[in-house]
Amino acid sequence: MSRFEAMDGNAATAEAMRQINPDVVPAYPITPQTSTVQTFSQFVADGEVDTEFIRVESEHSAMAACIGASAAGGRVMTATSANGLALMWEMVYIAASNRTPIVMTVVNRALSGPINIHCDHSDSMGARDAGWIQLFGENPQEGYDNCIQAVRIAEHEDVLLPVMSMYDGFITSHGLERVQIEDDGAIKDFVGPFTAHEALLDVDHPVTYGPLDFYDFYMEHKRQQVEGMKHARRVILEVAADFEKRFGRHYGFFDGYRLDDAELALVVLSSTAGTARSVVDDLRSQGLKVGLLKPRVFRPFPAEELADALRDKAVVGVMDRSDSFGALGGPLFMELSAAFKIHDVPAKTVDYVFGLGGRDTTPDQIESVFRDLAGIAETGKIQQPVTYLGVRE
Amino acid sequence: MATALKLKELYKKEDRLTPGHRLCAGCAAPIIVRQILTAIDEPVVLANATGCLEVSTTIYPYTAWDVPWIHTAFETAASTISGVETMYRSLVKQGKIEDRGIKFVAFGGDGGTYDIGIQALSGMMERGHKALYVCYNNEAYMNTGIQRSGATPLGAWTTTSPVGRVIPGKPRPRKDLTAIAAAHDIPYAAQAAPHKWRDLMKKVRKAVAANGASFMNVLSSCNRGWRHETDQTIEVTRLAVETCYWPLYEVEDGEWKLTYRPKEKLPIEEFLKPQGRFRHLFSEENKHIIGQLQTGVDRKWRKLLERCGEEE
Ligand SMILES: Cc1ncc(C[n+]2csc(CCOP(=O)(O)OP(=O)(O)O)c2C)c(N)n1
Ligand SMILES: [Mg+2]
Repeated sequence: MSRFEAMDGNAATAEAMRQINPDVVPAYPITPQTSTVQTFSQFVADGEVDTEFIRVESEHSAMAACIGASAAGGRVMTATSANGLALMWEMVYIAASNRTPIVMTVVNRALSGPINIHCDHSDSMGARDAGWIQLFGENPQEGYDNCIQAVRIAEHEDVLLPVMSMYDGFITSHGLERVQIEDDGAIKDFVGPFTAHEALLDVDHPVTYGPLDFYDFYMEHKRQQVEGMKHARRVILEVAADFEKRFGRHYGFFDGYRLDDAELALVVLSSTAGTARSVVDDLRSQGLKVGLLKPRVFRPFPAEELADALRDKAVVGVMDRSDSFGALGGPLFMELSAAFKIHDVPAKTVDYVFGLGGRDTTPDQIESVFRDLAGIAETGKIQQPVTYLGVRE
Repeated sequence: MATALKLKELYKKEDRLTPGHRLCAGCAAPIIVRQILTAIDEPVVLANATGCLEVSTTIYPYTAWDVPWIHTAFETAASTISGVETMYRSLVKQGKIEDRGIKFVAFGGDGGTYDIGIQALSGMMERGHKALYVCYNNEAYMNTGIQRSGATPLGAWTTTSPVGRVIPGKPRPRKDLTAIAAAHDIPYAAQAAPHKWRDLMKKVRKAVAANGASFMNVLSSCNRGWRHETDQTIEVTRLAVETCYWPLYEVEDGEWKLTYRPKEKLPIEEFLKPQGRFRHLFSEENKHIIGQLQTGVDRKWRKLLERCGEEE
C-alpha cells in the first residue's frame, strides 16, 4: 500500500533513490541539493540500500565517476545544483555521448555570478544542448515520480541517454508537502533490474569506451544521439502510461490547466505553475478565458504537441526563469517560438523573464501578465517582446 | 602461481595492448604499458586520460586494446576508474556478478596527472579505491605539441617554455608528485623506469596487490619532445636513473625503500647531453642552470637516501 507523508522535495527524492536502490551513487554537496545527498548517505550508513556511495572531491569527479560506474555495468544516480552542474559541464556532454543512462536530480539554482543559492533555471537551461533528457517537476510529488520514471526512460534500450530531473531550489526542495510514497516492492517492480549493455566489467568481451573519433565517424555518432532522443519521445509516454496504470498519477509531455477553451495561455515551468493556477481560477471567475500550460519535458522538446495544444490561442505568454543573454528571449520562449513557426501556429507570443536568483513571483505579477496578454489580443500589437517581471529598472 | 618475471615465460603471454597502435617510433609509453599489463596475470579494466597514449591507441573504428578500456576526459582517469572500481565492488557485494579478481589500472600522462588531474588523483587516493594509477611521465604535454607541465624540469625547452632572448627555458623546477602521492598514506607508491623492467614489473605486482589505492610514476622518454634519437629511448631513461635524476624507489605502507642504487652516480650532464631540449644549457650564459639542476638532484637524492635509511 502506498502511504502519504509530509516531505520536502529533497526528502522525497532521497526516498525515491532509496527505493530504486542504485548500485553506485557518486555525489558532492551543494545548496539546495545537499539534503538529498545527506539523507541518502544515511540510508547507505544504515544499510538500507545496497548502494556504494562515492564521496567524491568535486562535481567534475562526481560525473566522471558516474560515467565510469555506468559504463562498468550498473545503475548510477547522482544529484547536484547550479555551480555543481557547471563544474561538471565537460563530463555532462561525455555522459550523453557515451550513452550512459545516469539519472541526475538537478535542484534548480541560479548560476554564479554573483553567487546566489536561490532558484532559477539557468543551471539546467545552460545544459539543454548537452544531450540529456530533461524533466521539470512542479512539487515534491513530481520530483519523486519523475525520478522514478527517469530510470526507466534512461535505461530503455532504444534510448540509453542520461536524464536530468529538475525541481525548484528551496521552493520545492525545502517546501514541505503531502507526498504519496509508493511501496518499496512496487517501485522495485516498476524500475526493474538493470540490464547492462557493453559492460566494461565483462572482461571476456572487452570493449573500448571513449575512443578518438574524427570527421569520418563523429557525425554519425552525434546522429545516433539524436535518434536516441527521438525514441525518448515515445518511451517517455510509454513509461508515463505504465506509471499511471500502476500508481494512478498522470504524466505526459506537459500539463494543461483550463487550457482547452482558453484564449490567452501562459506557459511556465515548475513550481510557478502552482501560483499561476490560482491566478487562472481568479481570472476565470472574472470571466477572462485564460489557461495554463506547464511543460514537463524540455528535452526532447515536444514541439509538435505544444504547437497543437496552443494552436488556437490568441496570445501565448511564456514565463522564463532564466535568460539567454543577447538572444531573442529566454530559452523556453525561443524554443516555443520556433515550434510555432515550424508548425504554423498563428498565436502571438511574448516572453516574461522572472524569478532570477530566487526573486519572488507574486500572483499579482502573473495577473499583470494575463492583463498584458489581453491587451495584445485586443490591439493585435506587441509593445515589448521580452519583459522583465518585478525588476527595478 | 604468478607468471615468473622471466622473459622466457613472459613472452608467452598475449599482448593486452596490441600492435597497430599509432604511437611514434621510439615512444616509451607502449613499452611501459606492455610491461605493466604483462606483469598483471589477473583480468584488468583500464581507464586512460586524454593524451598521446589515448589518442594513438583508439582512433575509431580501431582499438589497440584487447582489454576493457575507457577514456572520458583529460583530468578524469582517476575519477573514472574510481567509478568503475566502485561498481565492481558494489556488484560483487550484491552477488550480481562473480568476483574475478579484476585489477583496475588508470593511465595518465604527466599533464593529466601532475597538473589538471591532480585533484581527481588526490581524491581517488584519499578514498582508497583499489586501483593502480600510473603516470607515464614524458615531462610535457606531448599530445598537444610539447608544452610544459608540472613535470617539466628546470631549464628544459618546450613550446610554452621556449628558449628566448631573455628566458632560457622553463624557469621553475618540476614538482615531486611521487612524494605527494606517498603523503596520502596510500599503501603503495613507487617510481620506475622501463629499462629496469623487472624492477618495474615487481612494483606493479605489489601495487595491484595493495589493499587500497596505489600510484606509480614511470619515466617515459619522448624523442619528439626530448629531442633525442629514436633508438635512445631506453638509454635515456637509464641515464636518468644513473644520474639520480630519476631514482627508483618505493614507499610501502609508509616505508621508503631504494630499489636500485647506481654504483657510481653520474653527473647530470650525462642525462642532459643526448637531449636537444637541454642543448641551450650548455652555452656559456646558461651553464649555471646545469649547476642548479645538479644541486637540485643532489639535494633530492640526499633527502631520499635519508628517507630510505641509506648511507650517503
Ligand atoms: C580540459 C582539457 N584541457 C586541455 C586539453 C588539451 N589537451 C589534450 S592532451 C593534452 C596534453 C597531454 O599531456 P600529458 O598528460 O602529459 O600526456 P602526453 O600527451 O604527454 O602523453 C592537452 C593539453 C583537453 N583535452 N582537455
Ligand atoms: Mg606528457
